[in-house]
Formats: sequence, C-alpha cells, structure tokens
Amino acid sequence: MTDLAQKPKLASKAKLRLDAKTGKYILLYPEKGLLLNATGAAILKLCTGEHTLENIIAALASEFQSEPAALEAEVLTFVQGLLDRGLLQAEP
Amino acid sequence: MSSEASTDDRLYTLIAELTYRCPLRCVYCSNPTDLAAHPDRLQTADWLRVFRQAAELGALQLNLSGGEPLLRSDLEALVAGAHELDFYTNLITSGVPLTRERLTRLRDAGLSSVQVSIQDAEATDSDRIAGRVSFEHKLEVAGWVKELGLPLTVNMVLHRQNLSRTGAMIALAERLGADRLELANTQYLAWALLNRSALLPSRAALDEARDVARAARERLKGKIEVLFVLPDYYSDRPKACMSGWGKRYVLVSPDGLALPCHLAHTLPGLTFDNVQERSLSDIWLNSSGFNAFRGEAWMPEPCASCERRTLDFGGCRCQAFHLLGDAAKTDPACALSPEHGLIQSARAAAQTEQLIPLELRYRKFGG
Repeated sequence: MTDLAQKPKLASKAKLRLDAKTGKYILLYPEKGLLLNATGAAILKLCTGEHTLENIIAALASEFQSEPAALEAEVLTFVQGLLDRGLLQAEP
Repeated sequence: MSSEASTDDRLYTLIAELTYRCPLRCVYCSNPTDLAAHPDRLQTADWLRVFRQAAELGALQLNLSGGEPLLRSDLEALVAGAHELDFYTNLITSGVPLTRERLTRLRDAGLSSVQVSIQDAEATDSDRIAGRVSFEHKLEVAGWVKELGLPLTVNMVLHRQNLSRTGAMIALAERLGADRLELANTQYLAWALLNRSALLPSRAALDEARDVARAARERLKGKIEVLFVLPDYYSDRPKACMSGWGKRYVLVSPDGLALPCHLAHTLPGLTFDNVQERSLSDIWLNSSGFNAFRGEAWMPEPCASCERRTLDFGGCRCQAFHLLGDAAKTDPACALSPEHGLIQSARAAAQTEQLIPLELRYRKFGG
C-alpha cells in the first residue's frame, strides 16, 4: 500500500517533457511514452524525491482548488501504477 | 489504392540505422539480407539535419541503431545533436566495441538510455549465436551502463535453441541490474527466415518460457520491466506492425532511405525516397512509399471487413511479401488469412525434437 510519507521520484529511465504537438506533458521511457493529463503532469512535476505524497496531494488540491481528500484516491492510484511500472521510485 | 497521411498519423520515433556494419553475425539479424547494397552514405551533418526534421514533425524518441552504431566515429556528435533537440535518445548496441571512457563521453553528450543485446544466459551459446566471442564483454558493458547511472535495457532474442534457458536469462538480467528486459522472440524475416527451421520453437517450449516470463514480471514488478514478445507464427492474430504503416515511426537506413519499417526497402514495386534528396516532412506527408499502405483502401479481404483492422492494420507487409510474394495481402500470421496454412505447416514441422541441431547461416555482407 502506498505510504503518504514516502517521497516519489522519477526513475532514471523516465523523462518528463512538453510535447509541442499536443501541448501536453509526456513521460518518455525506452521505446514508449505516456501522454499525461493536467493532473498527471502536475503530480509528476512534484515527483523530485523532495516532496512527500501528502505534500504533493496538498499542493495539487491548492492548484486545482479541490479538497485533498477528494484527490487522494486518484493520486495514489496514479502513483502506484507508475511505481509498479518502475517509472517512479519511492524514497523512504 | 494508397491514402494520404491523416491527422492520426503522428511521428513519435525516429529509428536511425546508422550503419549496417556490425562485428556480430547473429543468425536472426533483422537487417536486410542485401547488406552490401546499403553502405553508409550519410555524413554527420546529414544525420543531424534528419534529426532536426524529425523533431519538427513531432518525434520525441530517437533510437540510434544499426548494425552496430558504435562503429560510427561521430556517434558522440550525433548524441549531442539529439540532446540539443531534447530527444529521448536510446543507444541500441551489441556493446562491441566499447570502452568505459567512450560510454562516459556518450553519457556526457546526453544519452538517455542504453540497450545491450545478449544472446543467451552463458558464454558458449551466446557467442555461438552471435558468431563472435562477445558474451563476457557484454556483461562488462552492462556493468558500466549501471555504474555511469544510465538506464539499462537487456535485449535477449528467443528461439528454439535458448527458450528453455529463459529462467537463467532473467536471472542474468537481475544480476546485471537491468531496468528493463526484453525477451523478444525471433520474428521470421530477413536472416531469421533463412534460419527458420533451426530457430522456430515448438508450442510447448514457447508456452513454458512464457509462463516463466509471466511469473518473473509479477515478481520483479517495479524493479525490472519484463517484456515477452511472442513470435508472429504463434500469435494467431497479426501484430500491429510498427503501430501501423506510416503512423508512428520513420526508419532511416545507412544509405539515407526514409522507410516505414526495417525491411520496407525489400518490397518490390514501392518507391522510397532518400533524405539527401527530399525533406523528411515531405517524405512523411507526400511520398508514395509512405502512403502505399496508409488507411484501409489497400486492404484485401479478410482485412477489409474485419473488425480488428483498426487494431492490427492488416499486420506485417514484409511478412506478406516474403511468404506470399505480395505485400498487399493479409499477413499470413493471421489465422483468418486464406494462406495461414503456410504458418501452420512451419509450426507443425517445429513440434518435433531436432536430434542434431540444423546448421545456422550467419549474417554476412555480399551473402
């Protein structure tokens, strides 16, 4: 289970960049890319290994003018999915 | 019968096959069999111009491949140029010849990731398939990739002579600290088609290896991304080759041909343009070669009325040509193809044990 105190960080194989053609952020890794929506991009920009998941959720709630509790499930699912795919690493 | 590029066609990946030269002689090489007809014709400036034109078309990924890309002495300059264009640059290499110093320079030039091929779980068999003593050096190269902080993909090509060692190959990738492991079954085109009888596995061997890979994928989740790619001959439905003709990929050959796939230049009757004569954007949007199999107007039955046509785009054009003599037919790997019997008989012949392994034909120039 995802621990709110952990600090997710992009894996060395993953690179976040803006895709000029779509105006969206894309997470690139060998041979593939994951086109992100606004929430996904906002989460990954904060996945630097410096911020806890709890802080990331709070920052997002402020950016998207929402309640942290309303965002928590979505963020945790997204982060866990990328942890499972080795695109994020959890720093304790 | 051709269609123009649609708004759905978006270039994501440029595959730069910098040279077909290679120190290895792998028996399943995916380069065309007329290697000598495609010498290195592009200079550093030509490649850099192609990279820029690909980036303008929207490409985000660049695979520096071959042959062996390390044989280009300007590889550092090419990596640096790709980095300036913000590409995700993947070096696809045999690891031969490479020193730690050169790998450090490539990293410093902005390389994003390295894929090293290893032909088997131990030296004798790996070197036999590669046609050169190379296994121990490859392990050393994989070690440097990790030490230098670069992401490592280990690519292992599977076939009847090594499938039973899939577990040992996974263990080797773990030991090397791979971030990604491609267990890619041989596809029977080019050199592999010449060696098909010696390489095509039985269904039982394939199923067993797939189960081993599945268990490893689950066990290694979050540590190593484990991919297992079926051979078309056992998939019953064709793969979406290159994600569709002229939809996501451009490959540029060492002599400068812009192609929709690795072997498109082996298809007769099609014209492919050279990046020295025409811009990549013009080729992508307007060339007859890229438009030949876009859309659905070219499709024969059973593809034309098949609900899967938007998923697999009729499969692999090269497989249709090299097995049936007509690139515009349904890929015979599809069980719905009227000529699927060709695949079934090749499979049937692969079910019996070969007491004496068949002789292998090694890749060579002028072969």
